[in-house]
Amino acid sequence: MKHKTTEPLPRLTAHELSSVRGGRTLFEQVSFEVHAGELWQITGANGAGKSTLLRMLAGLMPSSTGSIEFNNHSIQYDRSAYHQQLLFIGHKPAVKAELTALENVYWQRRLSGDKGARQDSMDDWSLLETIGLLGLEDEVTGRLSAGQQRRVALTRLWHSQAPLWILDEPFTALDVKGIALLEQRFSEHLSQGGSIVMTSHQALSLASLNPQQLHLGEVYANAMGAA
Amino acid sequence: MTAVQLWRSVLSKDLRLAARRRSDAINPLVFLLMVITLFPLGVGPGPDILARIAPGIIWVAALLATLLGVDRIFKDDYADGSLEQLCLLPQPLAFTVSAKMVSHWLLSGLPLVILSPLLALLLSLPTSAYGALSLSLLLGTPALSALAAIGASLTLPLQRGSALVSLILLPLFIPLLIFATSAVESAGMGMAVHGQLAILAAISVLTVTLAPLAVAAGVRMSVN
Repeated sequence: MKHKTTEPLPRLTAHELSSVRGGRTLFEQVSFEVHAGELWQITGANGAGKSTLLRMLAGLMPSSTGSIEFNNHSIQYDRSAYHQQLLFIGHKPAVKAELTALENVYWQRRLSGDKGARQDSMDDWSLLETIGLLGLEDEVTGRLSAGQQRRVALTRLWHSQAPLWILDEPFTALDVKGIALLEQRFSEHLSQGGSIVMTSHQALSLASLNPQQLHLGEVYANAMGAA
Repeated sequence: MTAVQLWRSVLSKDLRLAARRRSDAINPLVFLLMVITLFPLGVGPGPDILARIAPGIIWVAALLATLLGVDRIFKDDYADGSLEQLCLLPQPLAFTVSAKMVSHWLLSGLPLVILSPLLALLLSLPTSAYGALSLSLLLGTPALSALAAIGASLTLPLQRGSALVSLILLPLFIPLLIFATSAVESAGMGMAVHGQLAILAAISVLTVTLAPLAVAAGVRMSVN
């Protein structure tokens, strides 16, 4: 599939997803469509299956039922093409405690495959400056605070060119400034036609983000009520 | 970015990390050296007995040292989420994990090959067998690293998987042990060793080419 569709097709379509783990139904019949320029915020109590849903959407985990399509192709059909369009940051930050912040950013970019094509405009130093870690670049990441480590992980958002972001609790451990910085980056990404699916307990403050909400607990409660 | 560039990045990152955590990386090697130095003290320094059991000791120590280092291959990457990110690259996972196998071999197999004359000396192996020992290690250790990676990928989500890894891997190591020690013994007695070395090479070629596919499948299953 060489040709790229630019019209506002549904980007990511989740159709009747469900998750059964160890005989317990986390959620079922979850369907939604993420279009270009949309931000979806998935909420729900702890253990409602938010992270599981995100891992399904990223293609790391199969859904018990239903299907996930990206631009009308099942994500299992051409995994490599889908992953080229996807940036996933899970709750594990993929940051090496033994490396310095600068080295982490350097390897993040080198290991991001085709997604890290913006090498000329943003070098590692300006990335660190943007994320507010300038001056700490030579510090071993394991010695940074939790929020600073989170920032190192989130640098991916600045050098990635992937249109679809799937983020699991990106605001964890960030301070007020960090959250503002991240929300600004979100609105930049959305205005460029990107889309974001994320989980967060935090109410998003930027009005321009205009998040669509999906509450997992309710879905489960409804299903229980119907049964 | 091509798959080859990515492969190199994975390898160089792994080597850099090993350099930052030297004690972890050389732990299996230190273990092997300790076993080898303790044997002459345990069974007596008489060269005739030592020379007879030397090939077996060196190879058994190499197998056990490999088992000791299995965790290092994927555990940290799994714990901090780097492995997840490797699974999400557009490039084939089998290709990228092969870089991790190579880095494991560079840090465990290659030093062993280089140290082999010293090990032979410590166990008073006949000089005629030195070459065969080095060659058997050179041909056999890539298979050890490849098999170790399979075992590591299958037991990733387990908290204490090392017992299971040993059970999975030891039967697979046995053919290597048999042919390698037989080669070194034959060389010590001045006989031809081509046959055994050819079989070792064949085992290595087979495992090194097919293991990445198995490892990739194992990693996908574990990450899920």
